[in-house]
Amino acid sequence: MSEQLKTFVPCPCCPPPTAAKGVILWLRTNLFSGWFNSALTVLALLLLARVVPPLVNWALIHAVWSGGPEMCTNSGACWAFIADKARVMLIGTYPQDLAWRPLAAAILFAGVIAATVSGRCKKRFLAGVWPVVLVAILWLIGGGLGLAEVDQSMWGGLMLSLGLAAVGIIFSVPFGILLALGRQSRMVGISSVCIGFIELVRGVPLITILFMASVMMPLFLPVNLQINNLLRVQVGIILFSSAYIAEVVRGGLQAVPSGQLDAAKALGLSKWMITLFVVLPQALRYVLPALIGRCIALFKDTSLVIIVGLLDFLGMAKAASQDQHWLGHDVEGYVFCAVVYWCICFGMSRYGRSLEKRGPQTNR
Amino acid sequence: MNTSKLKEQLPALLTQTLVVGAILYVALQLFHNTQANLEARNIASGFRFLTVEGGLPINDSLLPYSPADTYGRAFFIGILNTLFVSALSIMLATVLGVLVGVARVSSNWLVAKLAAVYVEVLRNIPLLLTLFFCYSTLLAFLPAPRLSVVPFGDIFINNRGVFVPRPLFQDGFGWVLLTLGAALAASVFLVRKSKRMRDETGRGLPSGWISLGLILGLPLAAYYILGRPLEFDVPVLKGFNFKGGMVLRPEFTALLIGLVLYTAAFIGENVRSGIQSVDKGQLDAAKALGLRPGPIMRKVILPQTLRVCIPATTNDYTSLVKNSSLAVAIGYPDMVSIGGTIIGQNDQAIEVIGMWMAVYLTINLVVSLVMNWFNAKVQLVER
Repeated sequence: MSEQLKTFVPCPCCPPPTAAKGVILWLRTNLFSGWFNSALTVLALLLLARVVPPLVNWALIHAVWSGGPEMCTNSGACWAFIADKARVMLIGTYPQDLAWRPLAAAILFAGVIAATVSGRCKKRFLAGVWPVVLVAILWLIGGGLGLAEVDQSMWGGLMLSLGLAAVGIIFSVPFGILLALGRQSRMVGISSVCIGFIELVRGVPLITILFMASVMMPLFLPVNLQINNLLRVQVGIILFSSAYIAEVVRGGLQAVPSGQLDAAKALGLSKWMITLFVVLPQALRYVLPALIGRCIALFKDTSLVIIVGLLDFLGMAKAASQDQHWLGHDVEGYVFCAVVYWCICFGMSRYGRSLEKRGPQTNR
Repeated sequence: MNTSKLKEQLPALLTQTLVVGAILYVALQLFHNTQANLEARNIASGFRFLTVEGGLPINDSLLPYSPADTYGRAFFIGILNTLFVSALSIMLATVLGVLVGVARVSSNWLVAKLAAVYVEVLRNIPLLLTLFFCYSTLLAFLPAPRLSVVPFGDIFINNRGVFVPRPLFQDGFGWVLLTLGAALAASVFLVRKSKRMRDETGRGLPSGWISLGLILGLPLAAYYILGRPLEFDVPVLKGFNFKGGMVLRPEFTALLIGLVLYTAAFIGENVRSGIQSVDKGQLDAAKALGLRPGPIMRKVILPQTLRVCIPATTNDYTSLVKNSSLAVAIGYPDMVSIGGTIIGQNDQAIEVIGMWMAVYLTINLVVSLVMNWFNAKVQLVER
């Protein structure tokens, strides 16, 4: 009775079928897995085929890149319009012979941003450089102290948008932090004032705040005190943005573990020291992504100043398209605006992401 | 004991008194300044202007309106327009947003990438620019009234707007609506009953199909029995423009499209983060039960997604309502646009801005109350 033992003999290794590797595998798993996905892919391809070729034709192939209004036809984009109006869109009605001053300011601004984004400079150095650069930029654009003064009614275009956003961010972040601390405060008087302010501002659209700044603020102020429209609008933007930042920061304050507070108290730190050196640094790190999001939103929101009569980047694009010689080319202007806004906002959000990764790891 | 407690609280009390006192002082000063300024400019304060004949033309109104009506009526028309465009945008943006969010996590590479491009583009461009762009392209690419596009029937699309027949309700149409209401009530009852049956016996009724039949069938039957009590006022080309019918003007259409596209990008991101937050085990369990991808999405993933994305979406809804105020930039007469005109005519800035704020605060409060109720309903009940 000898039962032959069956032994397991593995097959020789075969190469995988050609359909299961490389491009075909990728296509199968990502585009044509099942009839539903295949149908979706075909639909998406049809959509692309309908949209992309006409778009490329309009934007590149039939486009007119230089020359006057008479060169432009209806079949393609008229980028000559942008070329002709670029200066107005960037710096508004700023005097042409002084255009080097905004240019110098822009270079300075780009330099300090590059220094910040690169992450190679020390924070202490940056904190010192930023205010100096901002004052220098304001001096370059506004004039005074040796430079010919340029009235604020001539500031406009992208320069104005960036300026409103930069000043808005710089003032509304600290003010927002104060509001958030006030809201969390145990003193009922202070916390109710802060809650009232935050909820009231967050409940209404920015436009009504801008209307208020531009129409109502003159009524509030003493008769002999005149503040120009630009400054009033800037104050409105700061108040609006700080209410939102306060809510963002509140989220961070709530996320700080209470053990941290206890430890700081056990070390005998005073209330102010605890807030400044223990709570706030952690809270701000938690909410950095949301904070960057608010900064992007603030930059996008500056486009609303057009409604109270300031000509920012978008306002200038709209105004340029109403030029008698270039009628009917507003779409090109808006496309240009969209590209510039998109690059700046997308860049900011990418920088935010990189900050999250670069910073010390949080214990969440 | 008592004195030491007082000593502890004294600094806090002092700071509060100081801060609140300072705020009150500033407010009082502002009030005095305002009074003096108003007197100097001869502006009568108060809400009496609301009963004055305004004479301002409004070319989009849901209710009958003529320039001979009062400022109060004009402002009311503006509130209705704001509510109308917000409500419609919220519905459409929710549908589009859910689609975009689902597409973002699709296993189909092309669809996921297209959705990602859509979201990244719309989120990084100011809404106002999107609105201008929609408005300009609508006007630039739609033909003149004479060359209107006619998709079907008596619908005409041209650069003056979308013209559709206006329904004229005859006697007896009320009965049709009544049967519709009855059918709706009956189907709600049916769905509940069927659910209870399924819970008890494991077998339910095909309640979906029956209710669909009821909702469509009953009113249609009533409509024909009563002799078709509905006529249409058809738009007709007269001279350079269409007369009669209903019109969706380009301003309204552009505002609607812009708001929907912009908000859908944000809602899409909420939905995506919600879907990604669903535990992977849930998906495996559903697959192990033999569910197909469609039901898995509808019955397992999306209900759990709701819990994560409702709070964020509430924020998006309220900001959509606030964003509808951008109508003023492209000339749709919403509350802000009409209020702005009133300010321009009679300088009653304080009253009008106060009314704006009151209305927006009320709308936002209602939106968040409703959404909070909904949120409480879908949250997981933990033991």
